[in-house]
Amino acid sequence: MKDVIEGRVWTLGKDVDTDGIISGKYLTIIDPNELKKHVFEIALPEFAAGARPGDIIVADENFGCGSSREHAPQAMKAIGVGAVVADSFARIFFRNAINLGLPTVEARGVRAIFEKGDVARIEMRAGRITNVRTGATVEFPPLPAHLLGLLEAGGLVEKVRAELAARKAGAAPTP
Amino acid sequence: MTGPNGHGQTLAEKVLARASGLDRVVPGQIIEGNVDLAMMHEQGAQTVAPFHQMGAEKVWDPDRVVIAIDHWVPASTEGAAVLHRILRKFAAETQLPHFYDVGRHGICHQILAENGWVVPGDLAVGTDSHTNMLGAMGAVATGIGPTEMAAVLALGRLWLKVPPTIRVRVRGRMGRGVTAKDLVLRILGEIKTTGATYKSVEFTGPGIEALSMPERFTICNMTTEMGAKCGVVAPDQKTFDYLAPIAKHAMHPLSADADAQYERTLDIDLDGMSPMVACPYSPDNVRPLEEVAREHVKVDQVFLGSCTNARIEDLREGAALMKGHQVAKGVRFIVSPASTAIYDQCLKEGIIQTFTDAGAVFTNSSCSACFGGNMGILAPDEVCASSSNRNFPGRMGAKEARIYLMSPAATVAAAIRGEIVDHRELL
Repeated sequence: MKDVIEGRVWTLGKDVDTDGIISGKYLTIIDPNELKKHVFEIALPEFAAGARPGDIIVADENFGCGSSREHAPQAMKAIGVGAVVADSFARIFFRNAINLGLPTVEARGVRAIFEKGDVARIEMRAGRITNVRTGATVEFPPLPAHLLGLLEAGGLVEKVRAELAARKAGAAPTP
Repeated sequence: MTGPNGHGQTLAEKVLARASGLDRVVPGQIIEGNVDLAMMHEQGAQTVAPFHQMGAEKVWDPDRVVIAIDHWVPASTEGAAVLHRILRKFAAETQLPHFYDVGRHGICHQILAENGWVVPGDLAVGTDSHTNMLGAMGAVATGIGPTEMAAVLALGRLWLKVPPTIRVRVRGRMGRGVTAKDLVLRILGEIKTTGATYKSVEFTGPGIEALSMPERFTICNMTTEMGAKCGVVAPDQKTFDYLAPIAKHAMHPLSADADAQYERTLDIDLDGMSPMVACPYSPDNVRPLEEVAREHVKVDQVFLGSCTNARIEDLREGAALMKGHQVAKGVRFIVSPASTAIYDQCLKEGIIQTFTDAGAVFTNSSCSACFGGNMGILAPDEVCASSSNRNFPGRMGAKEARIYLMSPAATVAAAIRGEIVDHRELL
């Protein structure tokens, strides 16, 4: 995870639910590269065709509410979303995104300072988001060390892999 | 009992303290909780790859893992068949004995409830968002994603932030034709879809004590729609009686301290409360049923099913109302029991016959029409009256379709009349 993330902004409203990100009819798709073709099909239909790697999603309150489907952050990650920022998140989406290593930032008031096409600069540790076009900023409490560590490790898979490997090494007799 | 640091603890705090081996915990604290029960449904197929990528070789405790397929049963697409096959293979390889496969299947939360897999004091996690339902056992039960589940299967634990608690204190008596579904919709109308995000919702008071276990399942189930991490009811004699013949492991009954600290308290009086309806397109867009009925909203489809409201009590109540009536012309009425055990019970009691005589479709147990990916899909601009839990755009098919959430009895009345009506007129 980079400490400073910059990217072009797509905006969304409040209560974007997981059906709006990946509709129920696609839940049998496992391949993220297939899934990404349908990302935001309901909530932001022009996104999948127009997205560029590194783009940033800026949403209002309660982003990712609804089901526990990991397909939602997975499809966003697969299409190259650089970060997702919202006034607030639904809890399972937030966990899923962090677990997959997708930078996720909760910043009250952030939706109000962006329009579609603006460029956002996120300083993860300083806890600041800037609209590069207008200069407007919003501050946020940086993620707790525990979660920053997860993102830095590249997600939960990498973190558990390191833990299990260390456990194995510790349990093995020393030569 | 007051803890050493001042105030007492809420029910969720006590369960999480137990799970993490601590004397007490406070909201905001990040803990590592030992998991008492892990449940996977089809989304668990996505757990397999990260489990292997983590380098995990075995599941921490196969007797604490339940797999229950429910979204596409039997498989309705090739994709679903592949998900099921991945799960069967994984269960065989890692020696997971508790697999509720086709024929013994049911909606995962109902499988956990009716087989006693979650008991008081447990920390339970599942790959479905409505895992909150099991909080009715006096447990903390919550939904997680499949990658997180892979870590749980490998390690038997997960990190959790201790949630602040909203107390919902319920008093009074429900009137004729008013149900637990109406109560939870009423509460959703107050708390809204974001009001309990990351929080625990603790239901207390005489109005909750009077509820049966199935009714408690219904209210805890929809704490998910409030954004809550969990919904909990303290265990009492009803909990113990329900679980005594079926509990799969030891109970650790806990309840909130008298001086527990709540973030806020919401008081609900059941006296005089109307049946409720959540109108499109949000579960918190709640209005009294009689008010919506005055608008004569015509329905194309009616769904009586889902983990929220398809238990035997719901289907009995629906069948009693259905008897002697027909499904209105032009209306498709789909009834789907929450488990195969409930299906069998319906068969014995003649409930299936009652519905099919009336022109309804009585399906095998599954999530059915609830999630728009299997059957009972809505076309653009169609209207559905449903006993399920979500009515976001596109939830049951076309994004323009309109879903109204209500109690089982109200869905049956809508099927009979072909429009949303106050079912109390038919009682």
